[in-house]
Amino acid sequence: MATIMTKGVLLALLAAVLGVGSAAYAEGVGDFVLPSSKAASLENCVEPTEYMRRNHFELIRHQRDETVYGGIRGDSHGLSGCVSCHVGYDDTGAPIEIDAEGQFCRSCHAYASVEMNCFDCHATVPRGEAWNHEVAAAHAHLTGSAPIGPTAAER
Amino acid sequence: MNHENESMNQGRRDFLGAAAGVSAAAVAPGVFLHTPVANAAARTDPVTDLHRWGLLVDTSKCADGCTACVDACDSENGLNLQSKPHGQDELKWENQRAVWIRKVKLQDNLTGHVTNLPLMCQHCEHPPCVDVCPTGASFKRADGIVMVDRHTCIGCRYCMMACPYKARSFIHEQVDHKLTRAPRGKGCVESCNLCAHRLDSGDISTACAEACSAEGHQALIFGDLKDPMGPLRQALAKTPSRQIRQDLGLNTGVRYAGI
Ligand code: HEC
Ligand code: HEC
Ligand code: HEC
Repeated sequence: MATIMTKGVLLALLAAVLGVGSAAYAEGVGDFVLPSSKAASLENCVEPTEYMRRNHFELIRHQRDETVYGGIRGDSHGLSGCVSCHVGYDDTGAPIEIDAEGQFCRSCHAYASVEMNCFDCHATVPRGEAWNHEVAAAHAHLTGSAPIGPTAAER
Repeated sequence: MNHENESMNQGRRDFLGAAAGVSAAAVAPGVFLHTPVANAAARTDPVTDLHRWGLLVDTSKCADGCTACVDACDSENGLNLQSKPHGQDELKWENQRAVWIRKVKLQDNLTGHVTNLPLMCQHCEHPPCVDVCPTGASFKRADGIVMVDRHTCIGCRYCMMACPYKARSFIHEQVDHKLTRAPRGKGCVESCNLCAHRLDSGDISTACAEACSAEGHQALIFGDLKDPMGPLRQALAKTPSRQIRQDLGLNTGVRYAGI
C-alpha cells in the first residue's frame, strides 16, 4: 500500500508538472494517467473522467457485445481504444504493456484489488489494430476480392 | 441468428440485396472490386441480414503448393504469432496450432487427377456448431458469419466435434503475442470469421481472397450472397458449384467449383 501511495504522489506530481489535471494530491481524478501516454496530452477521457472512473467496465462490457454481435468497431468505448490512448511509453519510445506493474490498467486495479483476465487475450500494446483508414490506404493498390475472370467452364 | 430458410435466390431478398448494394463498387469484369477507400468507414449500426457473406472457391485455379491464402490469413489474424510450447513435439504442435484455413489436396485414385482447395469455416446457414454449443458462444451473426464469442466460450469443444469440416481450432496454451484486431487466449475455440474486422470497417474483402488475387490465381471470390449484381453471385451464376457435404443440408456460405 505504501509503495502505491508513493507512486500515486509521484504520478500526481508528474501530472501537475505536465499540467494534466488540477489535482496535486494522490488519487485525484486523472492521477493514474501515465505522463508518457497520449492521454496525458488530452483534457478528458472518452466520457467525463469522474464517470469513467466509476463506470468504465460497464461501458467496455456494453461495447464488447456491440462489437462481437453487431460488428460495431472503432467506437470510443472499445478496449482497443483504451489501450491506444492510455498505454505508456519507455525512454526509447516503445510502448509498455498496459497491464504491467505500475501501468495504467494495473496500478489502479491493484489499489482497488480488482482482478481481470481481459489481457490474457487482448493485446496490451497497440499492434495490428483493426482495419482503419491508414491500413485501407496501404492496401489501396490491391484489387480485393478476385475480379471475375473466365471460369473453369468457360476455358 | 434468424433460423428461417435463407434460400439464395429469394425474390424479395434480391430486391433488398440490390438496394443495399448501391454503395458497393459497380462490378464489371476488370473493374476494381474494392469498395473505394474514400468511402471506407466503420459501421455505426449493427449488422443485418440484408447481406450474407460468402466465398466461391474455384478449385481449378487453386495452385498446387501455393499457400498464399493460408499465409495471408495467418498474418491478418495473428495466427503466425503462435509459438510452440517449449519442449513440445513438432508433430503434435503442427496438429494443435490454430489454423483458420487448411489447404487440402484430393486425389482421384482412378484417374490420378489432383484437386487442391482451401477449406475453412463454411459459414453454414444451419451451423451444427451453434446447435451444440451449451453457452451460446458459438453463434451466427446476422450477416451470416459464424463465429465464437470468446467471452462466453468455455472451451468444451463440442463445436469442434460437430463441425463436418474440421474448421475449428482450440487454443491449448497461453498466447504471448497477439494483434489488437485478433485477441486470442488459452481455453477457447476459434475459426475463420471472414475477416469480420475488415467488413465492419467498410472494406469488402478478406485477406485470403486478396492474397489469392495478388498471386494472380483468383481462385477465391469473396462477396455478398444476397447481392445478385455483386461479384460472388455473378461468378456463381456462371460457374457450376457445390457445397461440400451438400447432403447435410447446411446451406454453406462457402461454395466450391470444380469438385
Ligand atoms: C482519446 C484518449 C482516451 C481514450 C480512448 C480513453 N481515455 Fe481514459 N482518459 C483519457 C484522459 C485524457 C484522462 C484523464 C482526464 C483527466 O485528467 O481528467 C483519462 C482518464 C481515465 C480514467 C481515470 C484515471 C484516473 O487516474 O482517475 C480512467 C479509469 C480511464 N480513463 C479509463 C479509460 C477506459 C477504460 C478507456 C476505454 C474504454 C479509456 N479510458 C479510453 C483519455 C482517454
Ligand atoms: C478468451 C479470450 C478473451 C478474453 C479473456 C477477453 N476477450 Fe474480449 N475479445 C476477444 C475476442 C476474440 C474478441 C473479438 C474481436 C473481434 O471480433 O474483432 C473480443 C472483443 C472484445 C471487445 C470489442 C473489441 C475492442 O477491442 O473493443 C471488447 C470491448 C472486449 N473484447 C472486452 C473484453 C473485456 C472487458 C474482457 C475482460 C473482462 C475481455 N474482453 C476478455 C477475446 C477475449
Ligand atoms: C482509477 C482507477 C482505475 C483505472 C485507471 C482502471 N480501472 Fe478498471 N476498475 C476499477 C475499479 C475500482 C473496478 C471494480 C469496480 C467494481 O467491481 O465495482 C474496475 C473494474 C474493471 C473491470 C471489470 C472487472 C471484472 O471482471 O469485474 C474491467 C474490465 C476494467 N476495470 C477494465 C479496465 C481497463 C481496460 C483499464 C485500463 C484502460 C482500467 N480498467 C483502468 C478502477 C480502475
